[in-house]
Amino acid sequence: MNFIDNPGKLRGFEKNIRVEKVSRRSILKGLGVTGGFVLAAPVMSRQAFAYETGAGKMPHGVVVDPRVFVAVAPDGTVTILAHRAEMGTGVRTSLPLIVAEEMEADWSRVKVEQAHGDEVKFGNQDTDGSRSTRHYLIPMRQIGASARTMLEQAAAKRWGVPATEVKAVNHEVVHSASGRKLGFGELAADAAKESVPSIEGLKLKDPKDFRYLGKGQIGIVDLHDITTGKAGYGADVRLPGMKYAVIARPPVTGGKLVSFDPDAALKVPGVEKVMQVRGWPWPSKFQPLGGVAVIARNTGAAIKGRDALKLTWDDGANGKYDSVAYRKELEEASRKPGLVVRQEGDADAALKGADKVVVGEYYLPHLAHVSMEPPVAVADVKGDKAEIWAPVQSPGGTREDVAKTLGIPEGNVTVNVTLLGGGFGRKSKCDFALEAALLSKELGVPVKVQWTREDDVRHDFLHTVSVERIEAGLDKSGKVIAWRHRSVAPSIASTFAAGAKHEAPFELGMGLVDMPFEITNISCENPEAAAFTRIGWFRSVSNIPRAFAVQSMVGEIAHATGRDQKETLLALIGSPRIVKPAVKDMWNYGEPFDSYPIDTARLRKVVELVAEKGEWGRQVPKGHGLGIAVHRSFVSYIATIVEVAVDEKGKLTVPRVDTAIDCGTYVNPERIASQIEGAAIMGLSLAKYGEITFKDGKVEQKNFDDFQVLRMDESPVVTNVYIVPPGPDTPPSGVGEPGVPPFAPALMNAIFAATGKRIRSLPLGKQLEA
Amino acid sequence: MIKVKINGQEQSWDGDPDLPLLWFLRDEAGLTGTKFGCGQALCGACTVIIDKEAVRSCITSINDVAGREVTTIEGLHPNGDHPVQKAWRQVNVPQCGFCQAGQIMQAAALLMDNPKPSHEQIREAMSGNICRCGCYQRIENAVHLASTGV
Ligand code: FES
Ligand code: FES
Repeated sequence: MNFIDNPGKLRGFEKNIRVEKVSRRSILKGLGVTGGFVLAAPVMSRQAFAYETGAGKMPHGVVVDPRVFVAVAPDGTVTILAHRAEMGTGVRTSLPLIVAEEMEADWSRVKVEQAHGDEVKFGNQDTDGSRSTRHYLIPMRQIGASARTMLEQAAAKRWGVPATEVKAVNHEVVHSASGRKLGFGELAADAAKESVPSIEGLKLKDPKDFRYLGKGQIGIVDLHDITTGKAGYGADVRLPGMKYAVIARPPVTGGKLVSFDPDAALKVPGVEKVMQVRGWPWPSKFQPLGGVAVIARNTGAAIKGRDALKLTWDDGANGKYDSVAYRKELEEASRKPGLVVRQEGDADAALKGADKVVVGEYYLPHLAHVSMEPPVAVADVKGDKAEIWAPVQSPGGTREDVAKTLGIPEGNVTVNVTLLGGGFGRKSKCDFALEAALLSKELGVPVKVQWTREDDVRHDFLHTVSVERIEAGLDKSGKVIAWRHRSVAPSIASTFAAGAKHEAPFELGMGLVDMPFEITNISCENPEAAAFTRIGWFRSVSNIPRAFAVQSMVGEIAHATGRDQKETLLALIGSPRIVKPAVKDMWNYGEPFDSYPIDTARLRKVVELVAEKGEWGRQVPKGHGLGIAVHRSFVSYIATIVEVAVDEKGKLTVPRVDTAIDCGTYVNPERIASQIEGAAIMGLSLAKYGEITFKDGKVEQKNFDDFQVLRMDESPVVTNVYIVPPGPDTPPSGVGEPGVPPFAPALMNAIFAATGKRIRSLPLGKQLEA
Repeated sequence: MIKVKINGQEQSWDGDPDLPLLWFLRDEAGLTGTKFGCGQALCGACTVIIDKEAVRSCITSINDVAGREVTTIEGLHPNGDHPVQKAWRQVNVPQCGFCQAGQIMQAAALLMDNPKPSHEQIREAMSGNICRCGCYQRIENAVHLASTGV
């Protein structure tokens, strides 16, 4: 069966379509801290932000309620809930830090607790789309300010003075006129009796008084635990009586089990049971693929048992999927007109009349996420109740899907969110948790389902495969007068509904129709492409192939006109202005254009900043080259310069990377730097090695030997990060994803500068050795 | 019955002698600090130290370590204050953190063998350990810091 009632309403798929009112269900339990902050007054769940964001349109919107997020214990310990998933961005620290900042809590006395999946209570929890800080900076400040106000009111009452005379300062409330002070802990019980102030009346701190925000001096809360092996990831959950399972899944997406022989597996010491797991027909959103599970007393035995299984599969309709043949199809489609998704002027005529036409056809294959922690989940299903422990990016969505899969009410499902050993979009899809739930239900005991790396590589929700073809028409002076960009790629929508042939608005909006260049004649087209495997979000999503194509084309135009790359880029971006493409209902990462316009002044700024700090135009040794690229994604602006060195044998090294990011108002510059450093490595990794291929419907790679990722000896020698200081009230924008897209084109432009070879097909592989 | 000393404690196993040490540590002994990343000695997430050497526990059978001393991340230092661990915190190395136990064990083994490695030697020695989040620059700096005194 199939759970798709209306793909447009599904979580994660064009999320901004789904608008739900926040339930006002009152939750008075606080955080179970006895004698603490248990607040009773009703509170507004939604409010007007200083600027509008798309947060309210996410499933279950935003909850601004100090009773839900903050608890103060009598000993003064402040507990703050982190309701988003931690996968390495630092969000589990950053969001509570915002609350602590506004609340005047002393960070050393703050405990962060991870919220379980409950979006009615906490608001949207989908940790994806680079939007945690962007959606929660203001709500978290308001939560902190509410808590602070309540503590101040309690103190004022205790002293019989007007609340305006008291002030919270570093974990105490002080009355400076009399020199009296009361700690947060001493005020906790009284503060709990205060009514929650209205959001409109809240006074937020003046940013010049910030102790933590924007400073970058606070390490992540899990730092000590991570360095001592105590941090708890999905696989680290151990329950009494728990069994360990691995699953043999159909090698072809949509394939089915024909028969299996468990005998040899059952002889493996430690193996206890072999059983079939229910699968869903493809496509079925995040439902399990099905297969055969081996249940054992430890994971090692389960893996050995699985190796001994004899399995026969029916590969089904996707058994012919072949990457070499499919690439040809995509290329051919890109050479013919397709669905026009943006049209300004007359690109056809202008191309015909152009003095010169520069054509580039850029290929980017499927990519696997290979987060360091392979998918894993623990489930304990008893009767009509289920408890899950899993590294999921979407705790709320997981809860919904577990409930639907088991046929039990959502309220009977508890989803505990562990730390994520990387996510990159893979863990937005909870199939692994559903598998654990199904097995635990059958077996009546807690079950851990561990994916091996081979499972992860072969059964991923892959980044799509694409051909991006750009034709740029130049007039005699070298000015670009026409731009035609055809994007051909199977859509993520294909994972939700059969037969999706065109890219969805959220994919088109990632670097195709929002292309910011000042060109009179523009045509963006999207020819059809069918999917033959599970396609899903991969960090930065369609921005990777788009930035690769568009920014490589800038390099090609620079070469064709004999001009500098950076000057060509700035000329194409054109005047500082707000770009308003002629596109109906254009997607803007779910954000309103008023708060998050396409601002070429900011785009130019990051180019100029990186050029200055990164010493664009500097003399480099022979065999070295510099390349530049800029891209707006997740409503942030980011530009990168890569210096590459290519030796006579074609061996490539990257001596230096410089990146400038404008992500608006920010919380933790230290984590921004770490995200950008990491993005350079992921960018180099995918540019150099990233490729998943299919033959006879099966993924040809299996582990880090044939799906290589970058290692330390080949990583950039230095990566410098420059953060544009935000203007007053500039809304925060994405950080986790924007770093990746400009890397590959900057690298390819650098390779061209170093060698004269233009790489249009990723990965680079051995192309320089030829 | 196989006997092995883990973090100074005697442990025994009478199951499959071929069981990879990794799964003995994680699932049988409850020492979950050592991570599973690939199972094929390709990523280093499962690195432990055996007799001063960094070893991939995913391809080392429990039988192979019979009678030997295994140190895992939990046993590297009683308070977690090994110079490598301290340096890691000072440099704010981790992102998701999943690879870091393996990285730290690899770095600790490197410094036992070569207390003052050059940057090239660090990059070389740490290249068996993958960090998908891309913390390499900081790992390199942290190993260097640990080697020069934290
Ligand atoms: S898990 Fe042992 S090296 Fe990857
Ligand atoms: S910190 Fe995530 S894999 Fe290294």
